[in-house]
Amino acid sequence: MPDYTENKEIIARRIACFFTTGDVVNLGIGLPTLVGNYIPENVTIILQSENGLIGLGPAPAAGHEDKDLTNAGGKPVTILPGGCFFDSATSFGIIRGGHVDYTVLGVLEVDQEGNLANYKIPGKLIPGMGGAMDLVAGAKHVIAATTHFEKSGASKLRRRCTLPLTASHEVDYVVTDVGFFAVSGHSFALKEAFVPYTPEWIIKHTDADIELALDFRIWNSPEACR
Amino acid sequence: MIEKTVIRPAEAARLINSGSVVHIGGFLGCGAPDGIVAAICEAGIGDLTIVCNDTAIYDPKTGRTTGLAPLILKGLVRKVITSHIGTNAETQRLLCEGKIEVELVPQGTLAERVRAAGYGLGGILTPTGVGTEVEEGKRKFRLHGKTYLLELPLPGDVAIIKAKKGDKAGNLIYAKTARNFNPLMAGACSLVIAEVEELVDIGGLDPDQIHTPSIFVDYLVVV
Repeated sequence: MPDYTENKEIIARRIACFFTTGDVVNLGIGLPTLVGNYIPENVTIILQSENGLIGLGPAPAAGHEDKDLTNAGGKPVTILPGGCFFDSATSFGIIRGGHVDYTVLGVLEVDQEGNLANYKIPGKLIPGMGGAMDLVAGAKHVIAATTHFEKSGASKLRRRCTLPLTASHEVDYVVTDVGFFAVSGHSFALKEAFVPYTPEWIIKHTDADIELALDFRIWNSPEACR
Repeated sequence: MIEKTVIRPAEAARLINSGSVVHIGGFLGCGAPDGIVAAICEAGIGDLTIVCNDTAIYDPKTGRTTGLAPLILKGLVRKVITSHIGTNAETQRLLCEGKIEVELVPQGTLAERVRAAGYGLGGILTPTGVGTEVEEGKRKFRLHGKTYLLELPLPGDVAIIKAKKGDKAGNLIYAKTARNFNPLMAGACSLVIAEVEELVDIGGLDPDQIHTPSIFVDYLVVV
């Protein structure tokens, strides 16, 4: 049986395989941002950033930062040719209006009913929801991106979230560093187990109800989307 | 066109009363009216209720601040209505100690509540927050097979906003992602003070490129 090693890269690599050319995608701060590094060469997506642009480009070269051009994390970015800027009402019109194909968000807890908690731990840490609640309510597909376990070893996939919810029944897919799950309404459907993890190992180490998806497969292609 | 009065940051601060509801533009400090914020700090105008996307950045390790963060650090803010406080350690600390009130509002809802205040709307219906703590105490409507929350307008006494360019009539053009909440706040408040980096004569801006029409703006500050 494999030992668990945290692996954020495989999460980003797998999520990058979801997209097809032309998809409008919003990547959250932190782990979801890594997804942008692994988009296949033959796929062109349009990145939306909720602070007011589409056509988000890479970080600028040192010395070329523009104080008026940042991402939703406040970091300097660039805009690709053909991109554009808009105000926050337009930005969230794009989001709530269903014009974003995929939103990828980080996780404190995610449960088998598609609920997501990622914006506060009462009495401890209260960063706020930012744009996350609008993104989960409005995007066509919601992908939760997370390591499978907390630092304490607890499973981040739950039967029921205990923290205040960011989203109620909105999550479609969960990608962790051991596998890819779809939310079927009452349990997680394991669609892929990432080598070296087996379905048995994943089920045993996850604090949620999991069934194998009809199209379940082992995924072992970190270099390519197949 | 009528020219607007150009004032110094300190004069702008004097137009704001203690206890006011102040809308402040910017997204983590990008597009924030830094000059007017500094003047409010200097003048020590307190007991403020701030409406803002976030409480900007304060890093206690380096002491670095952006946007409106200095107002929080100086203890001038009684309450913030905002979507995010996670990058300002001082807002978090004051909240835990019960020294500041924080009303968290989803970012898109905050934008629409501010817009509604300036655009003559009695409120907006949004699906955002249904099934979460955000829905508590709000009226729900079932329309078109979907559940919506009624969110009310969020007007203010004063808006302090930031633009790249302005003309002396008060027309404004923002730069890149520094636009964010600024044009929405220009409509939502009784008094609007715009800080601009570059001020040109009337006729010096292309009317097709204006983001905020002059009639929303009362005073101009050049930094």
